[in-house]
Amino acid sequence: MANPPSRKVLGRINLYYWKHENLGRGLVTGFGIFLAGLTLLMAGFLAVKGLSTFLVDHVSPLEFLFSTKWSPDADVPAFGALIFIVGSILISTLALLISTPFSISTAMFVAEISPNLGRKVLQPAIEIFVGIPSVVYGWIGLSVLVPFIRRSFGGLGFSLLAGSLVLALMIFPTITSLAADAFRALPTDFREASYALGATRWQTVRKVLLPAAMPGILTGVVLGLARAFGEALAVQMVIGNMIRIPGKLTDATVNLTSIITMDMGNTATGTPWNDVLWSMALLLLMISFLFILLARTTGQKRRSLK
Amino acid sequence: MRRRIRPQITDRIATATLYLVAGAFVLLLVAFVGYFLYSGRSELNFKFLFTEPAFSTAGGGIGPELFNSIYLVFLSGLISVPIGIAAGIYFAEYAKPGRLTDFLRLSIETLSSLPSIVVGLFGFLVFVILTGWKFTLMGGALAVTILNLPVIARTSEDAIRSVPESIKEGSLALGATRWQTIVRVLLPSALPGIVTGIIIASGRAFGEAATLLYTAGMSSPRLDFTNWNPISATSPLNPFRPAETLAVYIWKINSEGLVPDARQIADGASAVLILAVLAFNLLARFLSRLLGRRFGGSRS
Repeated sequence: MANPPSRKVLGRINLYYWKHENLGRGLVTGFGIFLAGLTLLMAGFLAVKGLSTFLVDHVSPLEFLFSTKWSPDADVPAFGALIFIVGSILISTLALLISTPFSISTAMFVAEISPNLGRKVLQPAIEIFVGIPSVVYGWIGLSVLVPFIRRSFGGLGFSLLAGSLVLALMIFPTITSLAADAFRALPTDFREASYALGATRWQTVRKVLLPAAMPGILTGVVLGLARAFGEALAVQMVIGNMIRIPGKLTDATVNLTSIITMDMGNTATGTPWNDVLWSMALLLLMISFLFILLARTTGQKRRSLK
Repeated sequence: MRRRIRPQITDRIATATLYLVAGAFVLLLVAFVGYFLYSGRSELNFKFLFTEPAFSTAGGGIGPELFNSIYLVFLSGLISVPIGIAAGIYFAEYAKPGRLTDFLRLSIETLSSLPSIVVGLFGFLVFVILTGWKFTLMGGALAVTILNLPVIARTSEDAIRSVPESIKEGSLALGATRWQTIVRVLLPSALPGIVTGIIIASGRAFGEAATLLYTAGMSSPRLDFTNWNPISATSPLNPFRPAETLAVYIWKINSEGLVPDARQIADGASAVLILAVLAFNLLARFLSRLLGRRFGGSRS
């Protein structure tokens, strides 16, 4: 029969427990909160810099959002960012329109038609596509796609079309893998019930699984859109960077990320021109936050971090 | 009869179309990789990979850029791996469901979807202007860390969560404390997944450019590769010097256009980046399989 442990031993056990439980717990909790705090810190810094356009330089927010007049180096400068905003919206919407049908088809193939080929061939292929750096996408756009567009459709080649095609390729893996996840997450009962009613595989996929997987697919589409909206260098390399609203697909244009990339290095900190670029960065941050909220409401409740 | 046959025919057509789309996608990837390896083949030699770039003449290499990319991934990994795994542990094991956790998750989701140029600008503000460091490799590494942290935290969380509940309960039932269970049971079982996440994040950091334009800068000082003193200004190991990486270099020679052989250099450097992506992918697969076997069969 063992004696009850003395106070000294108990104290040591408590110390051991304290060290190994609370220290570890405190540490990981601290880092978890730090990570979330980082976002707030970034939002705070960008807000301070971005709002100085309106508070210090007295540019009207309405002019910034809705005017197409961009002449930052004129005697009476104008800071209308509408051209860049429209450019970003056009490019990413077009990319989405090109990419989504192919993404959903590939997701159907991976999840429903041939899971075996999907796992062995397409999944690795998608992962490689995700891993390819954006400058490499930009460079292939610049060295292959732009000359091709110039030869086939005339114009400079640097165009809205080139930007959208490059972006479409870049967001394809994002949408595909999230859509495939959405199909895979559906209960087997759905398929079996549909087959039992005599439906063919395509009828099952098209009429039963696609509608059921729609929330997950939409999440993928929104996250793809978010990626397209924020992409900088790949787009900047192929859209031509002409400050105007494009009239047709083969016109050169510009977007938010491109103008930030190009002008940030040429403008002095604290000048209104520079401040406006920070306002655009703030706008990008707000938009990607909106996309996250949208992805959360369209998709079913997701448990893990992303 | 017609009505009964039509769905079957539609089914066949649809199946064939889906095969076609999937096949086209794989072909596209093969063409993509093949194109770069083919067009960059003449540059994949010792001289190109290890010599200094030229400023206005043809025939320059990418030696310092390649080194900077690798060193930057390494530095950023030193910071992001421990913090990312710790945050992953917190969200998998300690975070209680509720408003606060929801809010924290929302913040991190936002962080992981921020455009990399925005992260770069934040890095410019904090690690370049506020600290007074100017353009430095360290500033770039810290900015890339911000990009990587959510990736590593998420994959770590997923990996820890996918460890079977019975293993965890077994450990607790044997009298192990929660922290002991996490460190000695959950982390080893989750290792394949965690390592995969780290490699994916490293691959992303290796090819990142938008974040680095205004943090690590678009130039590299003359480096003396025989000088390994990390405080010396010409030492490659000095983290407080401007450091143009490979991806930034591709962008720069295309927008500046000073070197006459920009096209060959960009082709060669892109081939290197593509090869690195393939290597990172293979490494992730290989390691996760190896570790999965070693630490007892949990899913990776």
